[in-house]
Amino acid sequence: MTNAGAIEVQVPLVIDVKDLVRDYMLGQVPVHVLKGISFQIARGEFVSIMGPSGSGKSTLMNILGCLDKPTSGRYALDGVNVSELNRDQLAQIRNRKIGFVFQQFNLLSRTSAVENVELPLMYTNTPARERRERAMKALLAVGLAGREEHQPSQLSGGQQQRVAIARALVNDPKIILADEPTGALDSRISMEIMAIFQRLNRQDGITMIVVTHDPDVASYSGRLIRVKDGRLHADEPNAEPRDAQHDLEQTPADPEAQTAAA
Amino acid sequence: MNQLVSSVRIALRALRVNRARSALTMLGIIIGVAAVIAMVGVGAGATARIQQQIQSIGSNLIMVLPGSISSNGVRLGSGAVASLTEDDAKAISAECSSVAAVVPAVRGGVQVVYGSNNWATTAQGVTPDYMTIRDASMLTGEFFTDEDVAAAAKTAVLGETVAQNLFGDSDPAGQVVIIKNVPFTVAGVLAPKGQSPSGQDQDDIILLPISTAKQKVLGANKANAKSVSSLMVQAVTPQAMDQAIQEMTGLLRERHRILPGQDDDFTVRNLTEVFAAQETSAQVMSILLGAIASVSLIVGGIGIMNIMLVSVTERTREIGLRLAVGARTRDIMSQFLVEAVTLSVLGGLVGIVLGLTASLLIAHFAQWSTQVSPLAVALAFLFSALVGIFFGFYPARKAAYLDPIDALRYE
Repeated sequence: MTNAGAIEVQVPLVIDVKDLVRDYMLGQVPVHVLKGISFQIARGEFVSIMGPSGSGKSTLMNILGCLDKPTSGRYALDGVNVSELNRDQLAQIRNRKIGFVFQQFNLLSRTSAVENVELPLMYTNTPARERRERAMKALLAVGLAGREEHQPSQLSGGQQQRVAIARALVNDPKIILADEPTGALDSRISMEIMAIFQRLNRQDGITMIVVTHDPDVASYSGRLIRVKDGRLHADEPNAEPRDAQHDLEQTPADPEAQTAAA
Repeated sequence: MNQLVSSVRIALRALRVNRARSALTMLGIIIGVAAVIAMVGVGAGATARIQQQIQSIGSNLIMVLPGSISSNGVRLGSGAVASLTEDDAKAISAECSSVAAVVPAVRGGVQVVYGSNNWATTAQGVTPDYMTIRDASMLTGEFFTDEDVAAAAKTAVLGETVAQNLFGDSDPAGQVVIIKNVPFTVAGVLAPKGQSPSGQDQDDIILLPISTAKQKVLGANKANAKSVSSLMVQAVTPQAMDQAIQEMTGLLRERHRILPGQDDDFTVRNLTEVFAAQETSAQVMSILLGAIASVSLIVGGIGIMNIMLVSVTERTREIGLRLAVGARTRDIMSQFLVEAVTLSVLGGLVGIVLGLTASLLIAHFAQWSTQVSPLAVALAFLFSALVGIFFGFYPARKAAYLDPIDALRYE
């Protein structure tokens, strides 16, 4: 495995992106969304990706999440060259190595929390009993024990996002990709979500990649990648990331925070 | 197997979310399957009834009637001359290898009297082979024997209608009835056969030994004492009927000294063939009814496709999410296919119940005989499942090949 630059040599790479180009055809006109992006992310990093809208960060996110393929360039995820895989192979990679957290939570309505969390396991050969056990464990990890049978409509926004995080966790992914995870939440709940991310990152060593436009959210990460006009604008470590749990304790509690702190 | 069960459970849940819509969609299949089962039932019932009637006239039965003859240019219809004789019957039975049995018969209208009751019916003079040729059986008593025929015994066998009209519910066997002032002992009563395919009451008859009938009741033909009014001939097998007709025609022409080129002085009728045509038309009707009913099944299938397309559009985000968390093309495809098939199979099951009920109601209120075969039910059910697969395929495929990014972003 090749290794380069700013990162410690011993830590294996989880993401290795080189000269990533993505063009779209808009009618007859090709639109260059990504114009050659290269970076690497090592296991256990907490990275924020920022950029104004139209910068190509969503496209970059889609490629990192194996939902899209680059027009050219190389993308290796956990040592696998993803750019050569077909549709179903990409689905398998997403299933085994990536956990997604979306801005709009994307939970299945009229489906209990625990069944929502089980969803990725439905596409593996996991037996029903083990699916249930792992989903319960994931819900416990995000502080939602006791809410397993609640449907999304019976949960608050913060709780729904935590169900979504549990769903991202349930397959023991190598990375969690969060696309504006706090975009639909108020600042205190956002802090709770970031606290969960930080805990998962520190305790379980899960590589965390958060796409955001909110500098506050980015300030919790250990590294900040800025994208602009389809190119890497900046890639800088954050020597002193804020601690979300600490911030949370400093902020006056409201009734919902009681449950969140559990 | 486990996976299938859980897919069906997921499908049922998805269908339950839009109960009214699922029920209405199923209604198309329900009506289709019910219509197929009821219509095929009506058709099969009609066919069975005709078959039963054909059975009742006797198997492989050929009628030979004395026949058309032209005398001085005037052509007379069948039966105009007494050209058939008991000797013809004996010769056919002896020489034609495709013929199993021959019964010569004479017939005529008579008034039968028992005590203070009397009844007008048809008397037929026959030989005991009548029983085998007409597939007849006795309700009570015994048929008369060859000895009775030889001795011109005064014995009679009654049809059920005659027995009812003369004796009511009491047993006529051993009683004496008077026909043309001649007392006859009733030997027995024939088991009822019901209507003939042409609508006659086959039980309104009285059978006598042919010898007695000629001598005492109907009177012998003055020109030819041995003449008979018809020959009932049974071929050895249904396939041998044409062969039997050929052999008989040849033999009779020879015996009646008819020169080549001249018309036959007798008429041969293959009764089974006549009624088989009716049977065929009933079968055609049955197929036609089934085909028309199948159209409604197909329309029901289009309804399923319509609703599945709506469902795929509505659940685009769900599909996007499933794809994002690792569903493969075939996972999504089978999810929606199972949903479509679940709809159609549930509809099929309800349709079977409804179709069976409908055919029972038709049988009860319209007095039509209906016959629902398990095969028709199985076929209708299978067809409804196939409709689900066929019409569910396109929506399922559409869902499975959605782009996950677009699907996730779909509003």
